[in-house]
Amino acid sequence: MSINIVNLTHIYDKNTPNETVAIDNINLEINTGEFIGLIGHTGSGKSTLIQQMNGLLKPTDGEIVVSGYNITDGLEIKSKRKKVTKQEIKERKRRLLEVRKRVGLVFQYPEYQLFEETIEKDIAFGPINLGLDNETVRIRVKSAMETVGLDYETLKDRSPFDLSGGQKRRVAIAGVLAMKPEVLILDEPTAGLDPKGRDEILFQIKQLHEKEKMTVIIVSHSMEDMAKISERLIVMNKGAVVLDGHPKMVFQHIDLLEEIGLAVPQISYLIRALNQKGFNLSNDIITASEAKEALSKILIK
Amino acid sequence: MLRDITIGQYYSVPSSIHKMDPRFKIMGSILYLVSLFLINQIFAYAAVILFIGLVIKLSKVPLNFILKGLKPVFMLILFAFVINIFFTPGEGDALIKAGFVKIYPEGIERAFFMAIRLVLLIVGTSVLTLTTSPIELTDGIEYLLSPFKKIGMPAHELAMMMTIALRFIPTLLEETDKIMKAQMARGADFESGNLMNRAKALIPLLVPLFISAFRRADELAMAMEARCYKGGEGRTRMKVLKFTRLDLVGCLVMIVYLATCIVL
Repeated sequence: MSINIVNLTHIYDKNTPNETVAIDNINLEINTGEFIGLIGHTGSGKSTLIQQMNGLLKPTDGEIVVSGYNITDGLEIKSKRKKVTKQEIKERKRRLLEVRKRVGLVFQYPEYQLFEETIEKDIAFGPINLGLDNETVRIRVKSAMETVGLDYETLKDRSPFDLSGGQKRRVAIAGVLAMKPEVLILDEPTAGLDPKGRDEILFQIKQLHEKEKMTVIIVSHSMEDMAKISERLIVMNKGAVVLDGHPKMVFQHIDLLEEIGLAVPQISYLIRALNQKGFNLSNDIITASEAKEALSKILIK
Repeated sequence: MLRDITIGQYYSVPSSIHKMDPRFKIMGSILYLVSLFLINQIFAYAAVILFIGLVIKLSKVPLNFILKGLKPVFMLILFAFVINIFFTPGEGDALIKAGFVKIYPEGIERAFFMAIRLVLLIVGTSVLTLTTSPIELTDGIEYLLSPFKKIGMPAHELAMMMTIALRFIPTLLEETDKIMKAQMARGADFESGNLMNRAKALIPLLVPLFISAFRRADELAMAMEARCYKGGEGRTRMKVLKFTRLDLVGCLVMIVYLATCIVL
């Protein structure tokens, strides 16, 4: 499931005094099964970009093609004034569902979107909207709950509002997983969670990626997490992609990243400081475990 | 998509009308509204138009911005106009008679009266909200209501409620937008279907919205208490309302205006 983003531009409030360019001519190619971290300062256009991929926003210019299916095409009814036929509305609805079947989007603080009486019903909301039959929905809910580490039998009839913050978030993520998207996009899935909850969710997402070969895109502000789990890092600034590559490569650009209001993992700073003191460590050490290995080698010597 | 809604659309420019005391502006608006309904001569409206025209000129708010406010109520004005034309009984001969439809000269006069009144009424009140920020407005209302505290009216609390409500309109709109998008990402459809289906589609939007509104209210109450808020008693103000020379001039203009209206 590859995603091609071609000359994508998005301008909010076009032709008004408040006109702002959120995305400025982005070209990206995302391959099947990649695990991508998307980082950038607040207002760099990350959120706009991921909403485009889900068909929630229509780009001002350019297109997004998800495995041969142009998702930016035919989203909007051409003229608002003209009378639209029922056929057109139906067609548009079908296309949008098609997009959302392929690309699952988990928003920031997704637990605030829960609304049903029971956890099972809430997770089933997405699959039901896709028009699946009851049995399929039940199977999907069950497997989605297992994926995020919630026990189906004990929890399915409980109210989602009785759960802890971390569990609520998992219910919300399961709600998107139950739609079986081929690409999963998560906007800061760990924001506001305690360290344990954060590690669990990241671990589950990583597992999902490895087992189901799902393409995953995570928006995050935690450089440590990104260093640990992502395989490719895309850095955005002012609506454009400034760096794109393996985290080991991206985190070499300490000065550039700091200039655009970001940082590198603590370990990178440590390595740089050690090297300035005369050590000779490799620049591509970005996680604590890699650092431990390299340092213990030196210490044993 | 919900960001276009403006409520209490304050138009921020520096002008003498903006600088006036909100209490005076509220009182002035009330007197203006009363004058509109006291006048029973059509040419006396010339004085009103002159007066409101002067106020608008001084306020530096573009005229077409004010007239835009008339658009949503245009149907109402038209309705009042038509109703008055057809349903005012007259004494003399009817101008037009067609079956049960009779139009009298009095009807036409009344219809014009009504339309002019409504237009001037809306223009007048929008000048008030355009030149007074919501905070000033509630401050003014609180002050004007304070004499009624003696008979148990919670003036401060009412004003505080209004301030908070106005403050949270944009926040809740933003929240609605966010939840709507989140549910749309899960395949929810807010745009098609019959009335029943549409109402049902709102549940996934309204339930989270209410929950978050209650949560916000709780947090706000806690934050206010943490900063020792205990109601209006003995609370000082950051911006003390002052009756300035500008307001005195405004007062004089108002008196001249009212006198003209009464004489006419």
